[in-house]
Amino acid sequence: MFSGWPPPILDPAGPYASAISTLSWILFAMAALVLAVVLAALYVALFGRLELQRKLGGKRVIWFGGIAFPLVVLTGLLIYGLSLTRHLTDPITGDELRVRITGEMWWWRVAYLDNEGREVVHDANELHIPAGRPIVLELQSADVIHSFWVPRLSGKLDMVPGRRNLMRIQADRPGVFGGQCAEYCGGPHALMGFTVIAHEPGAFQRLMQSRLNRRRAPAPPAAVAGAQLFEAAGCAACHRIAGTRANGLAGPDLTHVGSRRTLGAGILPNNRGTMMGWIGNSQAIKPNNRMPPYTLLSSDQLTALATYLEAQK
Amino acid sequence: MTSETGFDPRLLERFPTAEARPDSEVDDLNRIWAAPRGWRMVTIVNNNYVGIWYVAAAFLFFLLAGVLALAIRTQLALPLLGVLPQETYNQFFTMHGTLMMFLFAVPIMEAIGVLLLPQMLAARDLPFPRLSAYAFWAYFIGGLCFFASIFVGLAPNGGWFMYPPLTSMTYSPGINADFWLLGIGFIEISAIAGAIEILVGILKTRAPGMTLARMPLFAWAMLVFAGMILIAFPAVILGTLLLELERALNWPFFDSTRGGDPLLWQHLFWFFGHPEVYIIFLPAAGLVSMMVSSLAKTELVGYQLIVLAFLATGFISFGVWAHHMFTTGMPMLSVGFFSAASMAVSIPAGIQVFSWIATLAIGKPVFNTPTLFVIGGLVTFVIGGLTGVMVAMVPFDWQVHDTHFIVAHLHYVLIGGAVFPVFAAFYYWFGMTSRRALSERLGKWIFWLMFAGMHLTFLPMHLTGLMGMPRRVYTYLPGMDWEWTNLLSTAGAFTLAAGVALFLFDIARRFRFTVEDDAGNVYGGGTLEWLPTGLYSSRSIPVVRSRSPLWDNPALSGEVEQGRHFLPNSATGLRETLITSPIRAEPQYLQIMMGPSVWPLLGAVFTAGFFLLLTVQAYTPAIICLPLAILAILRWLWDTDRPVQQAQVDVGAGVMLPTYVTGPSSHGWWAIVCVLVVAFMIFLMAVFGYLFVYGIHPEYWVSPGGQWWALPIVASWAASAVLVLYGWRLLGRDGSSTWSPTAAILFACGFAVTAIAADWFSWRAQGLDPELTAQGAFSHALLALQAQLVAVVVLMGGYLAARTARGLVTRPSNTTFDVVSLFLLYTAAQGSAMALLLRFFPGIG
Repeated sequence: MFSGWPPPILDPAGPYASAISTLSWILFAMAALVLAVVLAALYVALFGRLELQRKLGGKRVIWFGGIAFPLVVLTGLLIYGLSLTRHLTDPITGDELRVRITGEMWWWRVAYLDNEGREVVHDANELHIPAGRPIVLELQSADVIHSFWVPRLSGKLDMVPGRRNLMRIQADRPGVFGGQCAEYCGGPHALMGFTVIAHEPGAFQRLMQSRLNRRRAPAPPAAVAGAQLFEAAGCAACHRIAGTRANGLAGPDLTHVGSRRTLGAGILPNNRGTMMGWIGNSQAIKPNNRMPPYTLLSSDQLTALATYLEAQK
Repeated sequence: MTSETGFDPRLLERFPTAEARPDSEVDDLNRIWAAPRGWRMVTIVNNNYVGIWYVAAAFLFFLLAGVLALAIRTQLALPLLGVLPQETYNQFFTMHGTLMMFLFAVPIMEAIGVLLLPQMLAARDLPFPRLSAYAFWAYFIGGLCFFASIFVGLAPNGGWFMYPPLTSMTYSPGINADFWLLGIGFIEISAIAGAIEILVGILKTRAPGMTLARMPLFAWAMLVFAGMILIAFPAVILGTLLLELERALNWPFFDSTRGGDPLLWQHLFWFFGHPEVYIIFLPAAGLVSMMVSSLAKTELVGYQLIVLAFLATGFISFGVWAHHMFTTGMPMLSVGFFSAASMAVSIPAGIQVFSWIATLAIGKPVFNTPTLFVIGGLVTFVIGGLTGVMVAMVPFDWQVHDTHFIVAHLHYVLIGGAVFPVFAAFYYWFGMTSRRALSERLGKWIFWLMFAGMHLTFLPMHLTGLMGMPRRVYTYLPGMDWEWTNLLSTAGAFTLAAGVALFLFDIARRFRFTVEDDAGNVYGGGTLEWLPTGLYSSRSIPVVRSRSPLWDNPALSGEVEQGRHFLPNSATGLRETLITSPIRAEPQYLQIMMGPSVWPLLGAVFTAGFFLLLTVQAYTPAIICLPLAILAILRWLWDTDRPVQQAQVDVGAGVMLPTYVTGPSSHGWWAIVCVLVVAFMIFLMAVFGYLFVYGIHPEYWVSPGGQWWALPIVASWAASAVLVLYGWRLLGRDGSSTWSPTAAILFACGFAVTAIAADWFSWRAQGLDPELTAQGAFSHALLALQAQLVAVVVLMGGYLAARTARGLVTRPSNTTFDVVSLFLLYTAAQGSAMALLLRFFPGIG
């Protein structure tokens, strides 16, 4: 098949997306059927034999083709569609894993919640989940309306200021799933991506445990200079790294930045080079994002910062 | 046969009269209806001229928006291109959508209405020619200035539906958003003016005997269209007003941190926005219904069903707005309702499609250019309708909402449902306004380029959406597999554009404006617009006895030209047309019509000046423009409502009709009722907003206190209303001076001012701060709406006093007096309702 097939919407990786994928195929079939009927009627009307045209040329055709036929098709679809909607919005039981995701201009704040609803682990632009069980996402916004969408796992749901929308996602098997903000949110809305990583349940447990247990930020000898620079250059004013004095909340939490797959909210692979480039002048990469350019930093300084940040796993 | 108005239907049997009328009467008509030349052309109000200007202007905006689309497609041809920088791109796609919807799609339909309807109904002109001129100039000047914002980088960039809080002051501090809010808000006013004109025109100026059941389907479509505009547009007018107030004065209607709610905007916007789609589609469906019948050379199959379909579409379309909001986290119950309604609206569409197919089947269609565009449009529209049914399925919508799948869907619907039909109509009716018809050979090239280009652009785009590409993205990353479908779409866009360019070339070559010696009825239509015409429309106004009078009576053109039907001359020596009853089109009276005038143009210039100068924050000149605009409009109105010497005239074959009528059968009464419907809808939307934000954030609300204030306020409004009724009675009595009824009206105005002032002071006394909570903001917004009405009431009072002083107010009844009285009564009712609502809801304590 050609590249890009099957498209993510028709290539579901979990129960919520796959119900919609099935629905999509039914809808495509319905559309193809109706279109075929209309085109056939049109063909007869224009080029068909006279007796066929006579049959087609009366009010009865309007009653059948224009009223009865759509009525039957639509009623069937509606019943199916609404029962599916109901099924997909089954009440939330309360013992699912909960993650709060906040849309920001133009990145995603991620906070894993404990059973009491407290934020216990912070991250950004990336969500780790265990495969095979539903996760409840609390979607909210810090500024304008965004929309959370990872097509292979579920449909999209808006993040509306002043409201909290709940959404469930589930991946059947481990894997990596991309997503992107779907509601136009100004400026670099086009560059506001997201990644979901589904793990084996055991691996997920170990990952969360290690993050929960983390008390001090790792600073191997090579990264000490970077750690100092991080504070001196003002990074800490906007970014937080747990276990250090860096406690800024305006920008993404960098406690686990070294383990992220992407930088700049899903737009660059994460390696030392891209990290240096991002810090040096993110405006050239993602124009109008909220991080100022640091063109005054030397390449040695950028290396030091990148070395420090990539150690933050 | 019973009668609707008491008009004896046997009188219609006198037509056609036996004798041809003298040709000198045609010379009189030519002189009376002559259009000024030279620079005075801008004062023309004849629908032939204004209509063609209007069409041309709307087409210009289509081209401009199309150029923006090409730039957009160029930028998206490949990932990470730098053709359009981010901010420019965001402005371009916002402007593309805004121009296409507000400055092309709705205006082109009104324009075609202004151009075609009078001839189609055999009226001399629409009932308010100066209003058409005003609507056109306001739209044209406002639209051009609005478009110019793109050259200075100040064009709006919040998307054509302008969702707050992205468009609030916090996130859009520039004046870009204000350009949208004030520019579009203003152009909506022009759209409403046009809609009133069209609605009253269709209901009151049809040829005698053209009952509703014999009306051309385009007129039916435009009737529903105009009604829908009156109901739908107030929602967006109120929305833009609230958002502009929030931006300018910091009143938090949509700010969730102070009890407002951003989703309120979405409700208001889509309550307008989805009917808008059908507002665009219905006139096109009306045009197609007429063309299909002519092109297939047979009566349309299922005329009544189509009329029912138009009405059903109009009705259902007001129950589907929230299907644009399925992803906002709506309650399950509403989701079900809106999903069902969204599917139901496809049934009337199905009726139309199969009626057209049935007509093509029994007829003998010839494959000329309009036929191709009609059939191409039909196929395209069906595909768009089917994807529409798909997105009405809520879970599917959760996936494809806000992706390129939707972009593809909406272009299929709008291009198939409106653009192709309009091109078909350009070809079909071209012979009415041009000396030479368009080229059929080029026409086929144009069609196939546009048709192929359209499908090449938008068919792959469905897949782009399914592959996960959101809409409104200025670029995308490589490696998403989105490249090849995007590249195809870009190639398609340029193919489509090539077709349009070829069309322009042919227009430039062939279009020679004319009214008299036009290319004529190239495609053999059977409706009245194909009667021989001059600037006065047809020489006499035929008695209509069927749906396709020219087919059923081939002699009709000759009869009409010889003046053997109604009004073969100018009975009073002035511009005039027959006013008939709304259902059976029985002649009621002869309306004296307004001729050329510079005042509608000046009114439009100053209205546009007011709004645009306000946008660029040039407050002093803006404040100067406002009274000038009002004066210009009052000056134009000053000429109206003047009874002539002859109270009764012979309108042909000895049928006598009055030349001046007041009350519910007069066209002025119908117009003011339309205005009041608009005012009421704005008020209703404001009340909806007030209750809506209370429902979302009741914790921000307080009992306002001071409930006793309701008593004096409502009493003042009641006094005002009683005085109006008393004034009416005084006018009906005998007497020489008309000062006593006018004095009653002036006192009523005084009570209106007292009431609004009392309302205002009471809120000051209660200390409800408009900036603090949404409750305060809404209370003040409702007050401001009411104050606007009172300001109009005061102006009307002054105007009435001036007319009284000049002896222009007639006894026992007078249209100006009626208009002022009705407006005052409505104002009093709304004022009382508002005073009670704000004080007793959300309850005491």
